[in-house]
Amino acid sequence: MKHIVKIMTLLVAITAVWISLLQTAMIPQSHTWLLPLYFIVSLGCYGLFMVGVGLMQFPTCPQEAILLQQDVIEAKEFLKHKGVDVGSD
Amino acid sequence: MAEQHNKNKYSIIVPTYNERLNIALIVFLVFKHIPDVDFEIIIVDDGSPDGTQDIVKQLQQVYGDDHILLRARPRKLGLGTAYIHGLKHASGNFVVIMDADLSHHPKYLPHFIKKQMETGASIVTGTRYVRGGGVHGWTLMRKLTSRGANVLAHTLLWPGVSDLTGSFRLYKKSVLEDIISSCVSKGYVFQMEMIVRASRKGYHIEEVPITFVDRVYGSSKLGGSEIVEYLKGLVYLLVTT
Repeated sequence: MKHIVKIMTLLVAITAVWISLLQTAMIPQSHTWLLPLYFIVSLGCYGLFMVGVGLMQFPTCPQEAILLQQDVIEAKEFLKHKGVDVGSD
Repeated sequence: MAEQHNKNKYSIIVPTYNERLNIALIVFLVFKHIPDVDFEIIIVDDGSPDGTQDIVKQLQQVYGDDHILLRARPRKLGLGTAYIHGLKHASGNFVVIMDADLSHHPKYLPHFIKKQMETGASIVTGTRYVRGGGVHGWTLMRKLTSRGANVLAHTLLWPGVSDLTGSFRLYKKSVLEDIISSCVSKGYVFQMEMIVRASRKGYHIEEVPITFVDRVYGSSKLGGSEIVEYLKGLVYLLVTT
């Protein structure tokens, strides 16, 4: 099924649970009303956390720039030798 | 490493615009890294004013016009249509797409090929965001927006790949033909749309770490309008895939 349908189903299920919690009042109603807010805030925090972690772990490869320079030199030598115009740029 | 005899043919499609030096470097590096593989390089040039096509013709003299195909177009007509145009002339059973500015290094081609042969995958996509891969030449701001965009896309789309906007990929030709016909986006959203649609259709997708050296320093492509485009693209993908 389409992805949006999956997400909607999930949201509907969560909403149903929330409404049933309101009805049965197992948890004090004042808390239950705030649950959606908690959910959204948690989602936001989780997102920020993932961004932070990803940023810290962002893989970099400075040595690749050097290797690339070497490749460029090697390529230019070969191609010049074969008559390809690699002079400019 | 011992390689079983590879009977496949790989069509490497490289869209170019003003890449007269880089295209020569790329061709050299492709021949250097996959000498024992049957391949062709299809260069789709959009009427470059810097003489890219002349360089391609010189390369054809050196390497043969059975290996280097020039399939030019009169002017800039967009990336998606460049792939479609290249596909029409592809005689291989596999297609590789890669950028022409040398941010995608041909030395990863054997990795793509090996991964595909080992797993039988329909698509092998290069990812910059896992260990073994990486980027160079990105400012902190760019990394931040990239990571933020990635987290948002993953939360909304559950795509099943770690690098959604990457454009260094190996496809089975039939699979590429199937997906590209249903994609309508432009730019990097197009790349996202391709891989998300492939994922939704249940195609077997594998990933290979790649390194990405950004040689276009200082060109900030991340203005407000870029962000808006991206968000619009995400919502479109969320609703239509």
